[in-house]
Amino acid sequence: MPQANADIIRLDGAEKHFGAVNVDIIRLDGAEKHFGAVRALSGVDFHVGAGECVGLVGHNGAGKSTLMHMVAGTLVPDSGKIVVRGVTEDNFSVPRAQQLGIRCVFQELSLCPNLSVAENTRINHSSLTGFGWRRKAADLIAAKLDEIFPDHGISAFDIAGDLSIGRRQMVEVARAFTLTQDPLDLVILDEPTSSLDAHTAGQLLAFVRRFVAGGGSCILISHVLGEVLQNADRIVVMRDGKVVAADAAKSFDRDRLVTAMGGAEGHQKAATETAKTVAGPLRVRARPTRQQDGKELVAHAGEIIGLAGLAGHGQTDLLLAIFNAAGRAKAGIEVTAPVALVAGDRQSDGIFPQWSISENIGIRSLARLRSGFLISPQREAELADFWQKKIGIRTPDMTNNIFSLSGGNQQKALFARALGSDARIVLMDDPMRGVDIGTKLEVYDLVREEARKGRTFLWYTTETEELDNCDHVYVFKNGRIVANLRRDELTEEKIIQSSFGDAA
Amino acid sequence: MTAAAIENQLKGASTRNAAARARMLRSLLPALSLALVLLAIAWLNPRAISYFGFSLMLNLAIPITLATIAQMFVIAGNELDLSIGTFVGFVGCVTATWLKDAPLLGIVVLAGSIGVYALLGALIHLRNLPSIVVTLGMSFVWQGLAILILPKPGGKAPDWLLSLMAFKPPFIPFPIIAALLIAAVVHFGLMRTSYGVILRGSGGNAAALKRAGWSLLKTKIVLFALTGLFGVLSGMALIGITTSADANIGNGYTLLAIAGVILGGGEFVGGRVSPIGAVLGALTLALAASPLLTFMHIPPDWQVAANGAILIIVLAARVLISRREK
Repeated sequence: MPQANADIIRLDGAEKHFGAVNVDIIRLDGAEKHFGAVRALSGVDFHVGAGECVGLVGHNGAGKSTLMHMVAGTLVPDSGKIVVRGVTEDNFSVPRAQQLGIRCVFQELSLCPNLSVAENTRINHSSLTGFGWRRKAADLIAAKLDEIFPDHGISAFDIAGDLSIGRRQMVEVARAFTLTQDPLDLVILDEPTSSLDAHTAGQLLAFVRRFVAGGGSCILISHVLGEVLQNADRIVVMRDGKVVAADAAKSFDRDRLVTAMGGAEGHQKAATETAKTVAGPLRVRARPTRQQDGKELVAHAGEIIGLAGLAGHGQTDLLLAIFNAAGRAKAGIEVTAPVALVAGDRQSDGIFPQWSISENIGIRSLARLRSGFLISPQREAELADFWQKKIGIRTPDMTNNIFSLSGGNQQKALFARALGSDARIVLMDDPMRGVDIGTKLEVYDLVREEARKGRTFLWYTTETEELDNCDHVYVFKNGRIVANLRRDELTEEKIIQSSFGDAA
Repeated sequence: MTAAAIENQLKGASTRNAAARARMLRSLLPALSLALVLLAIAWLNPRAISYFGFSLMLNLAIPITLATIAQMFVIAGNELDLSIGTFVGFVGCVTATWLKDAPLLGIVVLAGSIGVYALLGALIHLRNLPSIVVTLGMSFVWQGLAILILPKPGGKAPDWLLSLMAFKPPFIPFPIIAALLIAAVVHFGLMRTSYGVILRGSGGNAAALKRAGWSLLKTKIVLFALTGLFGVLSGMALIGITTSADANIGNGYTLLAIAGVILGGGEFVGGRVSPIGAVLGALTLALAASPLLTFMHIPPDWQVAANGAILIIVLAARVLISRREK
């Protein structure tokens, strides 16, 4: 699509044009942020005008959340300037943002599960004190819930932890719009509909339109592109920590958005590698515990199976159940070969922090490394060296502590642990989180190569483009498998559609 | 789809009600276990259920209750205080010596020890240290200081403290009134005030609190200072009853206080604590500790073990109820 590329290039003009029309509520100039070696944002210019709903789209890891944390004051940019209503803010922080009327609904739920709905409302309003504050807080949140989500069925005295995830999200959204002494000019909604059903999501978006029509401003982040296209006045597209397109929403359509986000190349790449495998022997047959119909996950030797859907909808649970079933028979799950797990949260579930790289790789293969009652250091070193060469772990010495490696190389060591073992089935629990793109591509190649040799991979990922490596994708929702897509029928749309059930 | 939405809502409401019911049941458990212990005592020895009987049986209930409340404050912030027992002993030694002989010095030392607690909270937050390690270390510090102040048992409680603890109100024994008062004050402070919400929220979801602009350093300091304050009150109450002190007098309180909080429906993490429950838990432990077991003719040698057994039974019942909640 040559036309789309041209649009990306002329984005700067569009930015300036829109900036001149309105007084900006907030403007970020050249915002940069690094997390260790990872550059999350590289020189982003971003602004929101009064009475404007800005849609922000981009793949996972494009830097949207980092940018929003800066707008909300929870993160300070390494360099760059924050200007609120024309005044440069040098010590921008959460309390300051609140004074200036900027609120944020974060992607991860941020209610206190041990407190009631009213008490959670109090947390966001330092002025809710003194005699009768409980009544005031309860009235405040109840009125706002009634306004946004009529027939919500939530009492202000319900304990947040007792509510379903959807209701918690409703409370959180409503809480951001409650008003006490501070003004309310800009609300950031980071994936506000991710846990809402179609009905309540519609209620929320209608309210956002009313809010914007009344002069408020809003930043809407959503992976449901239709939501953004229909509700935003202006759309900003991010990729790899940069703004790659910004224009009036009317000038975008779905294809142009997807192209700008960088989805197209991925699909082309996947298409080149056509279906190949003849199904080998059965490796895994598993049914989630909450599955009510007959759907089940089936994996044969040599297959790469993707587990998709919104985060935390039972994918990890099923992987862990399969892992457990390999050691001890379990109803509803059949596993016919040894299993290894590559953990997603490598700091807490993957790495032995006190150990060397070699030891971290060898732990899954102790039986093979043993001579007599002891572990043979020589064999351990051989295994480690083999994988260092094969997978390219960048270190001068494999006996160094594992923490001497960068995050991506630590993850490689964990892959080496799984692939170097006797496991014929490798479970991957979203292992690529926070890994740089170079390492990712190397690991993808490795996974495909190992699959050709007959290994089976079950791959839970939150990044849609990773699913292009899979032969089969199961989409999860609320702990159940809701769709089973072959590679040739796999599109982001279909996954999103299935993730949201009747949302389409 | 509307029908589906309504159905969804009904389902949501029913699971929520079930959760609320289970939570209700669990919050009744402390009262239930106390009632059970009382019934057992009444059955074994009906004469114990009297003004005099309760005054005697609940003799040490006030310091135990105060120590339990002290422990509850740190647990509300997802921390644990392993030094509360020796701290109570240290306060006891200060009370029986300096507070009587040189009241000004005594007051300064006790206030300073609350300040030390506040600093510990700051240290634990700023250096991100495990509170178990810090307070375990501090337990030896308090014990050592107590021995320095009072190398051998002795000292004498100030007269005003003696007369306060010997107070005999009409009809209702003093320990019961004191327990009611403590429960009411702490319940109001922690569960009803607007800052109490912030304190409990810091245990529930610290990140959310920080995002809303609250200082986690301050919440931790306040929680630890409150622990220190109630530890001081516990030590003073204890000496008011025993009249003289011993450096080891409070050592048993550490685990007793933790057990009281958990027995009262609190949880180690998540900011889920209940002041009323903690007071009930402390009373249950105080009664089960020796009166009940003595009436059951269990020899003193076995009483500690029997005490532990009671704890396991009650906590097991709670786990069963919590499991139904899921």
